[in-house]
Amino acid sequence: METMKDLVGEPTLGMAGPVSEPGALWRRGWRNLRRNKAALLGLVILAGVVLTALLASHLAPADPNHQELALRLLPPAWATGGKATHSLGTDQLGRDILSRIIYGSRISLLVGVTTVAVAGALGTFLGLLSGYYGGWVDDVIMRLADIQLAFPFVLLALAVMAVLGPGLKNIIIVLGITGWVEYGRVVRAEVLSLRSRDFVEAARAIGDRDAVILGRHVLPNVATSLIVIATLQMGRMIISESALTFLGLGIEPTIPTWGGMLNDGRNYMNNQWWVSTFPGLALLLTVLASNLVGDWLRDTLDPTLKE
Amino acid sequence: MPFGHGRPPVWIPYSRGKERLLLKRYLWRRFGHSILVILGVSAVVFFVIHLTGDPAALLLPMDASPEEVARFREAMGFNDPLYLQYWYFLKKALVGNFGLSLRHQQPALAMVVERMPATLELTLGALLVALLVAVPLGVASASRRYSLVDNLGSTLGLLGQSMPVYWQGIMLILIFSVSLRWLPAAGRGGLDHLVLPAVTLGTYSAATIMRLLRSGLLEVLKQDYVRTARSKGLSERVVVYKHALRNALLPVLTVVGLQFGSLLGGAVITETVFAWPGVGRLIFQAINNRDFPLVQAAVFILALIIVTVNFLTDILYTYLDPRVRYS
Repeated sequence: METMKDLVGEPTLGMAGPVSEPGALWRRGWRNLRRNKAALLGLVILAGVVLTALLASHLAPADPNHQELALRLLPPAWATGGKATHSLGTDQLGRDILSRIIYGSRISLLVGVTTVAVAGALGTFLGLLSGYYGGWVDDVIMRLADIQLAFPFVLLALAVMAVLGPGLKNIIIVLGITGWVEYGRVVRAEVLSLRSRDFVEAARAIGDRDAVILGRHVLPNVATSLIVIATLQMGRMIISESALTFLGLGIEPTIPTWGGMLNDGRNYMNNQWWVSTFPGLALLLTVLASNLVGDWLRDTLDPTLKE
Repeated sequence: MPFGHGRPPVWIPYSRGKERLLLKRYLWRRFGHSILVILGVSAVVFFVIHLTGDPAALLLPMDASPEEVARFREAMGFNDPLYLQYWYFLKKALVGNFGLSLRHQQPALAMVVERMPATLELTLGALLVALLVAVPLGVASASRRYSLVDNLGSTLGLLGQSMPVYWQGIMLILIFSVSLRWLPAAGRGGLDHLVLPAVTLGTYSAATIMRLLRSGLLEVLKQDYVRTARSKGLSERVVVYKHALRNALLPVLTVVGLQFGSLLGGAVITETVFAWPGVGRLIFQAINNRDFPLVQAAVFILALIIVTVNFLTDILYTYLDPRVRYS
């Protein structure tokens, strides 16, 4: 027979569960960061990309859409035939590549952040439902996850984008919806173990509604995992958007994007290597940085998530 | 009385017959899941052309007259209620009838099947590349932690996971086809044609498998039985390859099964970059031609293969790791 004390447990009644003290977390993060040069590099690059995106109009030496056909396919400034005004050369329409890369960072970051937010919100919601209620709700949601995992994500995105047509809004919806499974599964697993913990039982015992229990008691305890997954997913979302744009099914070609620039460069591979090399490098650096930061966050916040 | 008289009550988890029954039940459940997944995929493939509301407008050219649209809608059954249309679609899909390709006027399924060997060649090639790189590198990284090899492996793993597949393909073409002229840049032919696309497609998987194998092996190397093996005086080589690797490879097996699926999906991009005449390129062309019956057939067949491979991986896993059967 359980006594009231057993049910309520320690006097943490009504408080969110065992989230560790914030100060300790910051200290651990800082310690990891000082030891981990790679993560520091990642943070610096990522900060640089964010600043570039914010200050694009001040940093870009030229209008990214300004065409100058007389100066088309100029090599980078240091190569023979290059011009100092176009440090990374120009593309097939005479547009400045550096300026286009600088403006392209906006789309990549925007898509990265928004798709991860959509996927995270959806996945968290479904994961909470699945883990907390169990039963047929759980069955349905997890089968949905299975279906999505069995379905190559690129194919799904391609098919849907082909029907809906290219566009920023469409790509955010498609990538957001296809990315929920990771959050859903992790949140479900954590909720399963939290569900029977004392502080949740206690909340239930004093008559909190399910929404309050999930929002106030369960959610804060899965938040760290969510942050880690989100950071690690952001790089992949950026790559996915650029790949779809590269195939002509992502962002409209009128907007400067890294994927679009790579698509432009495909036809000039034989002689004009710079058209596709630099946007790809920008992409690689950004994704690498977000992966480095993601790894660091994982090791700091939630070492159990390590594969 | 469950236990024999006079003998100490040794608890045996399950008798052999019981175990077989459990295994059978587990596999049937997995089979049921696979069927459900295939049904789900069929629903997605069916509904995708209804996303915009009017599939007739999607499938016909822009300049089709209203009469033509009406006739087409009637002929395709788009006036029926959606669930009825799905039912007809499903019935036809089960016997492999996805209709005619709008552009080529040939059965869509036959076109997909015809391209399948090329895609399987590319995918298996990529998987082989991934394993050939990932296993030795993962083992070397884990057994000599923090060494030069480990740092190199970790860096390569991280790079491999951060590189956009199609950009890597372009760079490989720039280096090995355009500059060095060592390997062909496009098309399918001998082994030399396969190298660049297979490396391109396999890189991400190689990085994923390597990172997983490294952390798995590090975990296993901490176990008691590894310490025992070491204290018996076995050489480090035998300890790593005979005792540790076998156990660390089990989770890798599942991931290889899953990777196969993402490789098939990634083939769309790789095949487009290298003009590889497979299903992926077919899908890309079909999408550009708005040839949706062909898209439906190709996506459905790929998903079917992936589900089958995942199911087979699960079966293999239960035989290799008896612990799975009890859960």
